[in-house]
Amino acid sequence: MKRVLNKVFEALLPLLAVPVAFLIGAMMLLALGANPLEAYGAMIAGAFGDVSGLTQTLVKATPLLLVGLGVCIAFRGGVINIGGEGQIIVGALAATAVAVGFKEWPGLVLLPLCMLAGVLAGAMWGGVPGILKARLGVNEILSTVMMNAIAVQLSNYLLRGPMIDPKEIEAGTRIAQSALLPRSVWLARLVPQTLLHSGAIIAVVLAVVVFIFLWRTTIGYRIRAVGLNRDAAKYAGINVPFYQALSLILGGAFAGLAGAIEVMGVQHRMMENLASGYGFSGIVAALFGSLHPLGSIPASVLFGGLLVGADKMQRAVQVPSALIDTLLGLVVLLVVGSQVISRRRAHRRETRG
Amino acid sequence: MAELFTLPVLVGILYSGIRLATPYLFAAIGETFAQRSGVLNLGVEGIMLMGAFSGFYVGMKTGSPWLGLLAAAVVGILMGLLMSFISITMQAEQGISGIGLHLFGLGLSSLLFKTTMGGVESIEGFKAVRIPLLADIPYVGESLFNHNLLVYAAFLLVPLSTWVLNKTTLGLKIRAVGQNPQAADTLGVNVTRVRYFCVCLGGMLAGIAGASLSIALINLFQENMTNGMGFIAVALVYFGGWRPLGVMGGALLFSFVNAFQLWIQVKGINIPSDFAIMMPYVLTILALAFATKRAQGPAALSKPYERGEN
Repeated sequence: MKRVLNKVFEALLPLLAVPVAFLIGAMMLLALGANPLEAYGAMIAGAFGDVSGLTQTLVKATPLLLVGLGVCIAFRGGVINIGGEGQIIVGALAATAVAVGFKEWPGLVLLPLCMLAGVLAGAMWGGVPGILKARLGVNEILSTVMMNAIAVQLSNYLLRGPMIDPKEIEAGTRIAQSALLPRSVWLARLVPQTLLHSGAIIAVVLAVVVFIFLWRTTIGYRIRAVGLNRDAAKYAGINVPFYQALSLILGGAFAGLAGAIEVMGVQHRMMENLASGYGFSGIVAALFGSLHPLGSIPASVLFGGLLVGADKMQRAVQVPSALIDTLLGLVVLLVVGSQVISRRRAHRRETRG
Repeated sequence: MAELFTLPVLVGILYSGIRLATPYLFAAIGETFAQRSGVLNLGVEGIMLMGAFSGFYVGMKTGSPWLGLLAAAVVGILMGLLMSFISITMQAEQGISGIGLHLFGLGLSSLLFKTTMGGVESIEGFKAVRIPLLADIPYVGESLFNHNLLVYAAFLLVPLSTWVLNKTTLGLKIRAVGQNPQAADTLGVNVTRVRYFCVCLGGMLAGIAGASLSIALINLFQENMTNGMGFIAVALVYFGGWRPLGVMGGALLFSFVNAFQLWIQVKGINIPSDFAIMMPYVLTILALAFATKRAQGPAALSKPYERGEN
């Protein structure tokens, strides 16, 4: 019984980070001359209060969950993937290129092909840091950050040049966005008159798949072994660099899929700022879900709600939505800062026997 | 391409290369201290943004860039303290706590910018100080010796930090704590205190790095104006083999490529500007790939220290 209670306490510990962060946020709101209750009220009502808010929340939660799943795999393999942002961008670019390039093809073929393109592009973008890590020991945090910057420039180039919507050139407006995707690859809408699309279901199904992959397959077991103790894994005959590279490649694949699904489900064309910070917020969601694929589901909904609520709050009490970015940073600091408490408790239990 | 290799352009590249190296030098040398003591601070970017904002805001309100610089340094130390508490006292995984610090600084600097200023404004900032005689050297004089004070300070920091790290007791303590904290602890070195000091010093220099953008080089503040510079600064520490001189080499290489890239755009050479902007980032990855195998980092880098663990 005591063991169960201990486990429950330690699982709930990261949850404390949110109220603490929001308490600090309340002080900041007071300092900015806004009523914290009114601001948070507007935020919660906006994100979860009605069908429109709730569907918007789920729309934002979808890419967060997909990126978060990739982050979970990478973390479990002992590597840190900060490259979600760039992987989303190249995934979206690849899906768009395939959809627009082969728009006459039947949707039954084209739709999975677009997703596959997104997955492969993301995997490639995660693969460069992965292989550099495995072969040369290059710090993956830094290389994934650089890959983000490269993806942004690549996207700027393609969207202003080869991939620009021909209509933008005709009209002379030259907005940097791609042509509209053919309707055959648009993801089905789950609730009419809203943006909620079937990508949300794909994300949840994949969360279960990742859980099974990590805890019920040999490859998943090896990835976790490498993450838990690199040296022990090495002595057990596991090819450590290979599984580190694989975790980064899989992480990239999930973020690439997030990009493809964002294009096919929400925007229906590739545009600038499509990733809009999902790459970073996805890390926060995954961390908050204790780096567990199933825990990432509620965590993504919560942070999706925060992103939607932040906009509503901005309109209601005129506090910039950047406040929420600040709070996200605080949540990360508090979650990683509190992990030592569970570690110490576990350590004490072990030594007491 | 030939029009890039004329004398005025080369002198121009030299001038802007030296200038552009300034924020990288401040941030990367600060990070060198943190990493030599065993702490990987990935939040440099967030600290730079807070430094850039506070330096600009105080500089604008008081009309004194010196007070702005002071504010940026103080804010940098505070951010360093936050990072120290989470990473050293609470022993958090440093890769992630740094990302948290980055998000925090990014969000807070945008929030403060939007609530206090709203629009982009510019200020006077530090003015160029021409060093007599030296600046009269033909061709290179103006490029090397006609900069604002922060540019000179950044380059003076290199020999100064080399001396501190290699020739002083403090430097010995820093290196010991980063290499073998258990041994340092047994010899009576306060591991926690040395690490706090280094991370806060790194924070202060990152704050100044941000201010060097907003009150000395560009003289305005924009949201997310550092645009990845802080992360590149961390990469430069690896590239420079954890030595200030190596870090300076990396910073110069990087800023010269950047200056070159700017001139490609100015001269309207037929390379899409997006690829030109991409160059420094590709270079950083290549540099990391070549540097990582060669150099050995501090043995205890990014490992929290707890007494009695071994």
